[in-house]
Amino acid sequence: MNNYDIVIGLEIHVQLKTESKMFCSSSANYFGEKPNSRVCPTCLALPGALPVTNRQAMENAIKVGLALNCKINNFNRFDRKSYFYPDLPKGFQISQFDLPVAKDGFVMVGERKIRINRAHQEEDTGKLIHQEIVGDKVSLIDFNRSGVPLIEIVSEPDITSAEEAKNYAKKIHQLMRYIGVADVDMEKAGMRFDANVSIKPKGEKELGTKVEIKNINSFTFLEKAVNFEVARQLRAIDSGEKIIQETRGWIESKGETVSQRTKETSPDYRYFPDPDLPPLNFDSEEIETIAKTLPELPDAKTSRFEQDYHLNPYEISVLVEDQNVANWFEETLNIYSKTQGISKTEKAKIVSNWVQGEVMRVLKELGISIWELKVEPASFTELLLMIDKNRVSKQAAKQVFSEMVRTGEMPEKIIKDLKLEQVSDVLELGTTIEEVLADNQKAVSDYKAGKDSSFDFLFGQVMRRAKGANPTALREVLKEKLK
Amino acid sequence: MTIKELHSKLKTKQISSSELTKEALEKIEKGNSKVAAFLSITPEVALEQAKHADALIASEKEVCWLTGIPFGLKDVIVTEGITTTAASKILEDFTPPYSATVYENLKSVKGVLVGKLNCDEFAMGASTENSAYVKTKNPWDLERVPGGSSGGSAAAVSAGLVPYALGTDTGGSIRQPSSFCSVVGLKPTYGRVSRYGLIPLGNSLDQAGPITNSVEDSAVVLNIIAGFDPKDSTSVKKDLPDYSKNLSKGIKELKFGIPKEYLAEGVDPKVKEVFLRASKKIEDLGGKIVETSLPRSEQAIPVYYIIMSSEVSTNLARYDGIRFGKSRDFFGPETKRRIMLGTYALSSGYYDAYYLKAAKVRQLIFEDFQNAFEKVDFIIGPTSPILPFKFGERVDNPLQMYLADLFTVPQNLAGVPAISVPGGFSEGLPVGLQITANHFEEEKLLQAAYAFEQATDFHKQKPEGF
Repeated sequence: MNNYDIVIGLEIHVQLKTESKMFCSSSANYFGEKPNSRVCPTCLALPGALPVTNRQAMENAIKVGLALNCKINNFNRFDRKSYFYPDLPKGFQISQFDLPVAKDGFVMVGERKIRINRAHQEEDTGKLIHQEIVGDKVSLIDFNRSGVPLIEIVSEPDITSAEEAKNYAKKIHQLMRYIGVADVDMEKAGMRFDANVSIKPKGEKELGTKVEIKNINSFTFLEKAVNFEVARQLRAIDSGEKIIQETRGWIESKGETVSQRTKETSPDYRYFPDPDLPPLNFDSEEIETIAKTLPELPDAKTSRFEQDYHLNPYEISVLVEDQNVANWFEETLNIYSKTQGISKTEKAKIVSNWVQGEVMRVLKELGISIWELKVEPASFTELLLMIDKNRVSKQAAKQVFSEMVRTGEMPEKIIKDLKLEQVSDVLELGTTIEEVLADNQKAVSDYKAGKDSSFDFLFGQVMRRAKGANPTALREVLKEKLK
Repeated sequence: MTIKELHSKLKTKQISSSELTKEALEKIEKGNSKVAAFLSITPEVALEQAKHADALIASEKEVCWLTGIPFGLKDVIVTEGITTTAASKILEDFTPPYSATVYENLKSVKGVLVGKLNCDEFAMGASTENSAYVKTKNPWDLERVPGGSSGGSAAAVSAGLVPYALGTDTGGSIRQPSSFCSVVGLKPTYGRVSRYGLIPLGNSLDQAGPITNSVEDSAVVLNIIAGFDPKDSTSVKKDLPDYSKNLSKGIKELKFGIPKEYLAEGVDPKVKEVFLRASKKIEDLGGKIVETSLPRSEQAIPVYYIIMSSEVSTNLARYDGIRFGKSRDFFGPETKRRIMLGTYALSSGYYDAYYLKAAKVRQLIFEDFQNAFEKVDFIIGPTSPILPFKFGERVDNPLQMYLADLFTVPQNLAGVPAISVPGGFSEGLPVGLQITANHFEEEKLLQAAYAFEQATDFHKQKPEGF
């Protein structure tokens, strides 16, 4: 294996989030809807119906291009891509061939730069459903998905391992969520991968014969499929076989890829400009306006977090993974920083620790996103301040936080209701201690005679009576009284 | 009768739309057996729509010229609830769940649809002989073709079965049959009329337009069907003049260019003779006849057949036997020929030599017109280089059939508007005069056609027996 380079390029299809479909006014929110209820003459390809480009989808596509550091074409053209499949009602797909919306970009995956060849806009197909109806095996077509906007992101063959392929795919997924153009819900086929895999002798310039694995719908399957394919190709080469250019599919149940069609039978798509769709122009000013709507992207956020908060790379990656988490972190920190006390860096560390720990734990436990969390940064900051002022112990604070998550109440109310406030008042403690000492004179004299364990006994007795006492404060006062 | 005449009868309540419609349906029943212009007749729809028209007229509200007037639609125009076949067996059972914008427009002014008209299958042809159903006959000589592809529309208007009809024109399909049947046929500027709901032939070439008994009627129908349609990205947002308002402006001092290429060989001398008489008439009316040139005319036919067939080959891919119930065996021979031609022209390895080259030459043809229009107001010529021919005369030789489009194809490639008006007769067979103007100059075009029409009486002559 060490004698070979692995070369991987990915084509990623992302469904864009729009109200209506790419070329008609049918609703694009089809998931879970009754089959063929989100259709019109255009997306059913009825004779005479015409496509009209969804400008919102094009703006989203431009955002995608910008997020991928691509050059944006001012002049956008759509082409007809002819092929036959029962889920493709027109017999051609409207796509972009030589003038894609975006080209020549890159994304960083860790320290590695993966170049993007292009991103182009197209439409999704319908869906075939194979089932048995009164004993007959039938295939049904649901056109609800037909015409839903898709963007295809094509990487250069810069990826060198299955793991990197997965990380690249995750990076694209993250970017899509950041810019808010897509739900990229893997379960709803919001993102699909085709992987082009080849191997070549180490250092060899010329690429080996590529095999395309089509329609992979999860990160895990992507990694498994590429790993399988690399191993298969290595085995083939070792046993003197030639790799043939073909399309393969990942069969999860078998854990392997299987051949679907070879190059000889691959279609000629006969691309040509769609005469129903005049080219769309976006001038540089419009593109600039769209660029201004982009949020801070993960790479920029990461370097800013490093500079501003001096957190370690792992901590930052957890915070930046989801921009809503990053925002929650920063909002909390901003409020918290307005208070006196420790430095901002120390405060950042404290908030970060909470996010990495308790916050992530409850999100995972409840299976929710941070924007669904009932705890606002402001009320959470109150809790942090209570810890700082020793009003609650760190241990009790976790309990308070859980209650905040559950009820959405303010921490002040929760510590009162649950009697979680630490008692640090010396006078109040003094009375309790005196009572305890009076009741346990034997232990007092033992301690004074040098039996250290009697202190622990007395400490325990006071703790029991003074519920919620701050242990540090108690220890000091008790020592004082026993002198 | 013209729309204008019928309109004044309706308005003065000499007749109701329902009565007019019944009359029309009777006439169709009789006349259609002779010319076979209709693929389907829609009496229920027509009588229902006539009732609405009568209600509107009775309400004394401002009514449009087309209110209550019967019309027919070429069967490539999609009509909700009414079988639309494109004269193809493939769509024999197709009842559309929606309507073309042009039909919606006519419905909105309470027009009355009496039926769907025959044409070549998917509008592919110049004689209507490619219809999978019937052979429409030329009312002027039942042995001859009515032209095509909108042959049913032209024959129906010519035979007086309907006051007007809509056709579609991809390479002459409105103008050439109008010429053959001695009626007025207008192909508007590409983008002037919505294509939504026209079963396409060549999407970058198609336009729907009126076929009428007079230029004024043409203007009146254009008024209703023209305009921007958000459902058609190729339709154009542009001011819409009242085309019927200034028709009698005249043509004094306007320049009419005759491309020298138009009177070269290949034109039937009989056609040429009628045309030269027509051009003399224009001169008599104060127009200036000058020579002009469209140097790439010769390339127009091959360019057209590559571009149109390429579009066809993808447009017809949807009839794969899965959703429309009929396998591809049901395509007629001309349709199959164009699918093959287009598929070939787009195939990898051939694209550059065929489609791409054709697209480039198309641009030059466009420039030819722009250059010509710098010096002339109109380009004129015979609509067709040949007289209406007999059935079967050209079907065996597709190339001969294609050449029937010689003078009408360049306008579609350039997107400019053109009209065919009755220009005279040769041995009893009609010859159309074609006038072409620059983009969106329909108003000026109709004025010129009107001037010619008013100075001649060809449009008043009707075929015998109808």
